[in-house]
Amino acid sequence: MARAVTTQRKALTTAAAWTVALLIFFPILWTILTSFKSETDAVMSPPLWLGFDWTLENYQTVLERANYFKFFLNSVIIAVGSTALGVLVAVPAAWSMAFVPGTRTKDLLMWMLSTKMMPSVAVLVPIYLIFIKLGLLDTRIGLVLVIMLINLPIIVWMLYTYFKEIPGEILEAARMDGATLRSEILYVLLPMAVPGIASTILLNIILAWNEAFWTITLTTTNAAPLTKFISSFSSPQGLFYAKLSAASTMAIAPILIMGWFSQKQLVRGLTFGAVK
Amino acid sequence: MSTQASRSAARAMLSPSVVLLLIWMIVPLVLTLWFSFQRYNLLYPDRTGFIGLFNYTSFVASPAFLGAVLHTLVLVLGVLFITVIGGILLALLIDQPIWGQGPVRILVIAPFFIMPPVAALVWKNMFMNPTNGLFAELAKALGLQPYDFLGDAPLLSIIVIVAWQWLPFATLILLTALQSLSSEELEAAEMDGAPAIKRFWFIMLPHLARAITVVVLIQTIFLLGVLVEILVTTNGGPGSASTTLTFLVYSKSILSSDVGAAAAGGVVAVVLANIVAIFLMRAIGKNLDA
Repeated sequence: MARAVTTQRKALTTAAAWTVALLIFFPILWTILTSFKSETDAVMSPPLWLGFDWTLENYQTVLERANYFKFFLNSVIIAVGSTALGVLVAVPAAWSMAFVPGTRTKDLLMWMLSTKMMPSVAVLVPIYLIFIKLGLLDTRIGLVLVIMLINLPIIVWMLYTYFKEIPGEILEAARMDGATLRSEILYVLLPMAVPGIASTILLNIILAWNEAFWTITLTTTNAAPLTKFISSFSSPQGLFYAKLSAASTMAIAPILIMGWFSQKQLVRGLTFGAVK
Repeated sequence: MSTQASRSAARAMLSPSVVLLLIWMIVPLVLTLWFSFQRYNLLYPDRTGFIGLFNYTSFVASPAFLGAVLHTLVLVLGVLFITVIGGILLALLIDQPIWGQGPVRILVIAPFFIMPPVAALVWKNMFMNPTNGLFAELAKALGLQPYDFLGDAPLLSIIVIVAWQWLPFATLILLTALQSLSSEELEAAEMDGAPAIKRFWFIMLPHLARAITVVVLIQTIFLLGVLVEILVTTNGGPGSASTTLTFLVYSKSILSSDVGAAAAGGVVAVVLANIVAIFLMRAIGKNLDA
């Protein structure tokens, strides 16, 4: 019995839901608005909502700071590099666990997950000292490695849950038709696995982009990504809200858009398949 | 049906991941354990040697320790309370038939994608600043005295910031779980005349139990490690009013270069995280065969 929802009730719930949603989103909206204000307008009392002189000067100022592009580039290199490397290592592992499961597969998955539970701060000093020894401190390759390692369990898990959904019979059918192992992988499995791999890549780029513990503690200038750049705004020097907002907007915009596309994968990836 | 050949191929495919994670887990952990029993301060590199449990006793006896444990508990429980209750209410609200459910979801989920330093600095400067933050402006407009959030209630302010970051996660997961609830069951209860509150308590809540458990456990793991939000807002202060266990270990390692003390603190943090981890692994492991 599908009870007809009255229009009035639907209007009320809609209003309530939109109000709450806008409140939650408001800090982001306010940051974006502030990024288009002059520094004086940004701290105006009472605050200016829309009636201010819209300007792009903050974006110019931030971009002109010679090193902004370097921070941005470092973020891209670390996020994309660690994800690519992680997927490269994880695809074979997830593949074999999904298609040739052994008696220990479950334990192995749980063990991989358990490495994720290690508090980063507990191993900060050893990692820091190892990085100094190996000359990896403040290098992009060092950061790519660490971020790859902290996300590897999530990548393996996500890929595993996707690969498991590929029916194994299809492989046997292809084999019966005389497909070689190579063509089996290339023409049968890969096309079916691509959506799962793509979702995994998307979510992990987001996680790597926003990772702020290792990227802040293991870098100074050379390999510092946007997380480090934004943190440098924590010591106030004069009026800087508008510039902080412009820098923040540029740092979050690409990931926000990617994030909205990955909502479904987010649930699967971050709960390790426990909630689908 | 898997042949010997495919078994060894499988092992070869697995080994890079396993070896990498094994190194990543064991080497730093063993070093941390080792350092925790050593006298080792980077500022005095020549004074080294085995000092037994001294690092542990001095870490636990340090004046900031008890406060740090308490602050950690308050932070984790506070954020969990807000995000779980708020997440359930929000999920229930969004799950209703409303216009524009897609856009509402997009707006609600957004804070999760904001990198921690941005979230913390935006709240600190543009909202909580006692002279020109929006909250101060709001207080002024209402004729009230502006409140110095991060100065007078640092831990609560950090809880608000972190809860804002994690509310979307809780909401999204609880919403996903809610949407898998069969509407037949609910409609049957409704036909039997069960009021909304009973339907929620006896049908929805039990159905959500698993998702709530997962939210609580996963968030706890991440919340125990919250650092950047504290670092850029209060730096653990004023005094040590917002110093958590993680921040205390961090400050021992980075600020005072005391490797031994930091390692001992790290071991304490590992033990704590593992207690939570055991429960989390059970909850997830149960679902693995399903």
